[in-house]
Amino acid sequence: MIRLIPALATGMIFGTGIVLSGMSNPTKVLNFFDFAGTWDASLALVMAAALAVTAIGYRTVLKRPAPVFDKVFHLPSGRRIDIPLVGGAAVFGIGWGITGFCPGGAIPALGLLEADAVIFTGSMIGGIALARFIRHTRAASLAARSA
Amino acid sequence: MTEFTPVPALLGGALIGVSAVLLMAFHGRIAGMTGILSGLVPPFSGDWGWRAAFIGGAVFAPVLLGAVAGDMVAFQSEVPALWLVLGGLIVGAGVYYGSGCTSGHGVCGIARLSPRSIVATFVFMTSTAATVYLIRHVLGGF
Repeated sequence: MIRLIPALATGMIFGTGIVLSGMSNPTKVLNFFDFAGTWDASLALVMAAALAVTAIGYRTVLKRPAPVFDKVFHLPSGRRIDIPLVGGAAVFGIGWGITGFCPGGAIPALGLLEADAVIFTGSMIGGIALARFIRHTRAASLAARSA
Repeated sequence: MTEFTPVPALLGGALIGVSAVLLMAFHGRIAGMTGILSGLVPPFSGDWGWRAAFIGGAVFAPVLLGAVAGDMVAFQSEVPALWLVLGGLIVGAGVYYGSGCTSGHGVCGIARLSPRSIVATFVFMTSTAATVYLIRHVLGGF
């Protein structure tokens, strides 16, 4: 139980950062991408600040032997640039460009009690669940065939 | 129109970075919303506790912020509900297959100089900009 407190606090810092920065404001996000129209450069500063703090902080943290509540750091080790990565990213961009919501912006936006955030997030979780279901079903049927 | 807001942008961005560093320090995890959420939809991952706590905090903090400092919290959306539903499904499927979104690839991955994250971020930023251009300047907006 005590382990959940840092995760909760970390989530609160994340949510505060997202809302303060404007990442949970769809029109502001869309304006960042609208170079030919009502361009708002703010989100470039959000990314720059987040990247600088993370890059410096990771260098310190990852020198430690292990995280506080786990035996290892769970760092993605894949290096392959494959079709799911590039295709998935391209598809994500289409959805982000239509709505102005990305997952990290949408979850904190739920706390703003806006109907649009609820509609988008519900549908997005449905999309993740569907994709996860398809991948796991396919993996299970491949395993059954090779067994 | 939305105004250029450099100070909240830098401050908010720095907080996003702080949370990424803390999640790595405590749980050894990437602070990517896609990865964290994925473990909370069926089939559930075994370590759902910290995931649920992180998401709970991410939703709860804006509730508090809205209550005590409502003018610091801006929300504008002009997208019709049907497109929100469609866009939500597209984003959900895209980030799942692409193994991450703006927080996971764009912040945590690039901070580690992961080649996959650098490529993914370039692709989704380009794709988003192209979609916005198409909707606003070719199709005339919603």
